[in-house]
Amino acid sequence: MRIRVAALAFLAAILTQPAFAGPSPTLQKVLKNGYLRCGVSEGLQGFSTPDAKGRWTGLDVDFCRALAAAIFGDAQKVRFTPASAKVRFTALQSGEYDVLSRNTTWTMSRDVQLGLEFAGTIYYDGQGFMVPKKLNIKSAKQLNGANICTNTGTTTELNLADYFRSNKLKYTVIAFEREPEVVAAYDSGRCDAITTDQSGLYAERLTLKNPADHVILPEIISKEPLGPAVNQSDPQWGDIVRWTLFALINAEELGVTSKNVDQMLKSPNPEIRRLLGVEGSFGQSMGLSNDWAVRAIKQVGNYGEIFERNVGQGSPLKIQRGLNALWKHGGLQYAPPVR
Amino acid sequence: MTDAAVSPGSAKTPWWRSRRVRGLIVQAVLLAAIAFALAGLVRHVMSEQGASGFSFLNTTAGFDIIQHLVPYSETSTYGRVLLVGLLNTLLVAVLGIVFATILGFAIGIGQLSSNWLVAKLCVSYVELLRNVPLLLQIFFWYFAVLRALPGPRESFNPIADVFINNRGVYVPRPEAAPEFVWVGAAFLVGVVGAFWLRGWARDRRELTGQRFNTLPAASALVVLPPLLVGALTGFPLSFSFPELEGFNFVGGLVIIPELIALVVALSAYTATYIAEAVRAGISGVAGGQREAALALGLTRGQMLRLVVVPQAMRQIVPPLTSQYLNLTKNSSLAVAIAYPDLVSIFAGTTLNQSGHEVEVIAITMGVYLSLSLITSALMNWYNARIALTER
Amino acid sequence: MAMFPEARPVERFRPLEWLRENLFSSPLNGALTIVALVIIYWLVVPTVQWAIVNAVWTGGSREACLGEGAGACWPFITNRIGLILYGFYDDGERWRPILTFALLVAGILWLTLPRLPRKMLVAVLMVTIYPVVAYCLLTGGLGLGVVPTSRWGGLLLTMVVAVTGILLSLPLGILLALGRRSDLPVVRIASVIFIEFWRGVPLVTVLFMASYMLPLFAPQGVTVDKLLRALIAVALFNSAYMAEVVRGGLQAVAKGQQEAATALGLGYWQSNTLIILPQALRLAIPNIVSTFIGIFKDTTLVSIIGFFDLLGIIQSGTSDSHWASPSTAFTGYLFAAAVFWVFCFSMSRYSRHMERVLNAGERR
Repeated sequence: MRIRVAALAFLAAILTQPAFAGPSPTLQKVLKNGYLRCGVSEGLQGFSTPDAKGRWTGLDVDFCRALAAAIFGDAQKVRFTPASAKVRFTALQSGEYDVLSRNTTWTMSRDVQLGLEFAGTIYYDGQGFMVPKKLNIKSAKQLNGANICTNTGTTTELNLADYFRSNKLKYTVIAFEREPEVVAAYDSGRCDAITTDQSGLYAERLTLKNPADHVILPEIISKEPLGPAVNQSDPQWGDIVRWTLFALINAEELGVTSKNVDQMLKSPNPEIRRLLGVEGSFGQSMGLSNDWAVRAIKQVGNYGEIFERNVGQGSPLKIQRGLNALWKHGGLQYAPPVR
Repeated sequence: MTDAAVSPGSAKTPWWRSRRVRGLIVQAVLLAAIAFALAGLVRHVMSEQGASGFSFLNTTAGFDIIQHLVPYSETSTYGRVLLVGLLNTLLVAVLGIVFATILGFAIGIGQLSSNWLVAKLCVSYVELLRNVPLLLQIFFWYFAVLRALPGPRESFNPIADVFINNRGVYVPRPEAAPEFVWVGAAFLVGVVGAFWLRGWARDRRELTGQRFNTLPAASALVVLPPLLVGALTGFPLSFSFPELEGFNFVGGLVIIPELIALVVALSAYTATYIAEAVRAGISGVAGGQREAALALGLTRGQMLRLVVVPQAMRQIVPPLTSQYLNLTKNSSLAVAIAYPDLVSIFAGTTLNQSGHEVEVIAITMGVYLSLSLITSALMNWYNARIALTER
Repeated sequence: MAMFPEARPVERFRPLEWLRENLFSSPLNGALTIVALVIIYWLVVPTVQWAIVNAVWTGGSREACLGEGAGACWPFITNRIGLILYGFYDDGERWRPILTFALLVAGILWLTLPRLPRKMLVAVLMVTIYPVVAYCLLTGGLGLGVVPTSRWGGLLLTMVVAVTGILLSLPLGILLALGRRSDLPVVRIASVIFIEFWRGVPLVTVLFMASYMLPLFAPQGVTVDKLLRALIAVALFNSAYMAEVVRGGLQAVAKGQQEAATALGLGYWQSNTLIILPQALRLAIPNIVSTFIGIFKDTTLVSIIGFFDLLGIIQSGTSDSHWASPSTAFTGYLFAAAVFWVFCFSMSRYSRHMERVLNAGERR
């Protein structure tokens, strides 16, 4: 009898655990610190680079700012830690930063074996090739026997091997520790082609002497959904990061921008009212305040604004929305509803 | 300093003032601290990593490596990657040590040259390269080498079948038939014979005082037997020649620019330290020794070879050992310029793809420690051989 | 130096005679002179042309440096000089690193210039009070705004790593060297293992371990600053080298000194701190300074583990599309090399000077 009661109590405790769980330990730590710690790339134009004043800019950087705004109401309460491709996961596991926002591909092994949790896809990318125009190459299939430069510690090295093996092509890979050396080696003629995510190729092309002398080949040899990652041990923190990203995408879909967000608070549209916290208490259920999305959108902008400012038409990269257009416009960006 | 010698009146000193007891306490505390730290480490490894262990070494690596001295492909295992990386590290270390020693001795002797310009040039070389971080020098040499060389289509072709371009230096690759084993055996026999000859000549000189120039006979012993056996077996050696095909040369043996730049940078940098050791060693030989040697009627060359160098070597070898160790460890900077050494492909790519940080770093450190211990042991043996036997 | 012609009192300088004596004394020497001249011509002329004659000195972006045959791209350095010197250190707070550095220079000058009094007191202040002052100035607190270490960078970070490495490795090295000579077997063996372990592994792997593996071992909830971990790794690594240098000094102290100290009734610590160590350290100064130079150069390795030190921040700048040009990276490397060279060369000159002073003392 006693055992039954104890077992029931135990079961009840397990069942009710999620509902009564305190705020996520990571969130508590972030709030205690007074700032968010964000792991970013050491320098990738459009995603994260320090400018001449030392201010970080880019898509990955702006996502962290939006997250900081959602948590603190202040997009500046974030500290950026540059991490190389090689050490980014170890540093995340060891608690070096709270979120890794570093053009990181969501793969099964990373998700399952490395103890990471991907919060979604902020940029749908794919691995491509860039070659000098004078080689007169139209397709990656013509790269038989070529020397190819890339950087180590990424999925690109493995994709490259898979692609050439499945197409029965020969190649030589030269894998560098850091991005700048990859470009410098390509520029010096060490390799015939350079391979990385297409967004990265556009960025790297801009650093060459005459960008027009280089072409990006049409083939995309891999799926590279890039997104922010957090430690698996704190699912509630994962929720906060995931729904901040979804809020930015939903805001674009609902036409909420940094300019009109204040007027939108009066909107009769129930979807907008829920997103902006006028109805319901979605923010509080994550341990944030209910106007979390308003803060993020107001200070950093919705997904579309962030995209255009950093990699789209408002930036030197001028990348088309393509796969990253909203689902309504034929792209893949689709966020579950706030409900 | 034994305890008895220090405290003759130990009966009177209270136990806590006793040297022996204090010593025991200090040692016990240190042991406890070490045991505590080790236990903590082991516990964490157990809890964090579970039973993952070293089985990942049998997993397929899935990436390619630009230079491998043993057969390797994408389908090889991480264990194979470890071997490839280790051999690449050894290759760069051995080449670096050879060139650094040659260059270091040349510059060290040059610093003492009576030619003002040569001496100043050597001194400037040392002062310039010694005071700039090696990592910067590696970058410099790498990109300087790449910029200086033409593309594959415009290759330098200094002698037939040798091509130099920014993809590397292409030379014919010797391909041995099975019978080649006999040629190798003949070579070994020749080498053993040459050593025996040297010993015989030394014994004879010590007995009779007659000198015997071993060089021509020894060279003949080393060169002739393999040639003879080669002729008998019909020269079982063929060559694969490099040919331009598509983007690059195929066939032949390629020495990649990363290897060249790394060896140049490592040996140019380490040579400055060796040069300083050589300068100090030679200056350390007392002037009276030279005068005495010349007075005995030795020629200048004999004086250097028989009197100055052996004495200088005693001073040079210990710092030389640490420079060899430093060069080996510094070869880990290869990672910056894509040379696939142990740190780059094993402690780098493998660590990242497999996620076994603790095991990978432990193996890497273990390998470097073993290399250091082996090098130290070899050099200590050599040092003991040439050390002054004090009477 | 024995092969150098002794300088003799010259009554009048005769250039031709000097040339014949020093450059063309034999056919071999003449040939060597010509080879040396050719080497110098090959090296110096292109370098000067690239770095000075054909260099671009002004401009606001990479466009200025893209011209045909353009040499070094100096505007890249001048436009980013703030970033290169201080990293992301807040603009308004840069007086703090400047003051910290000025105090350091003042202390070093005091210690190295002869004839200034109270060197002992200054030395003690530099190793005890100065680090505290520097820490407070750089990180903030006590009324100063807090600047987190993630915003430190450039030359500032290089100096922080180098100076803490130097300040921590010397005392640790002395302890280890004494431990290695200790009569107590456990202490001796532990010291030997510690020293040989650090001397046997490359610094890069040590830095990897310190920055990415140590936190995995740390108890839950304990986070140690990333920079602090790197500093500890640099200090431990170099303390092993320092220990060997100090041991060399200890071995050179005559055995009679120790025996005399013991005979006077001095205990272990008394005889070491009062008699043995002062002599040993004096003898070891040249090698200690060489180790300092090594530490200073090794700071560049922290760029591999994601710190924006002097080299790291210059490299990150070369991938900025606003400044990237074929000569940008080389200009950056040349600048970094020059900065390191100035620091290291001055240290090595000082070490040579001390060597001479010490030798003079020995010879009497």
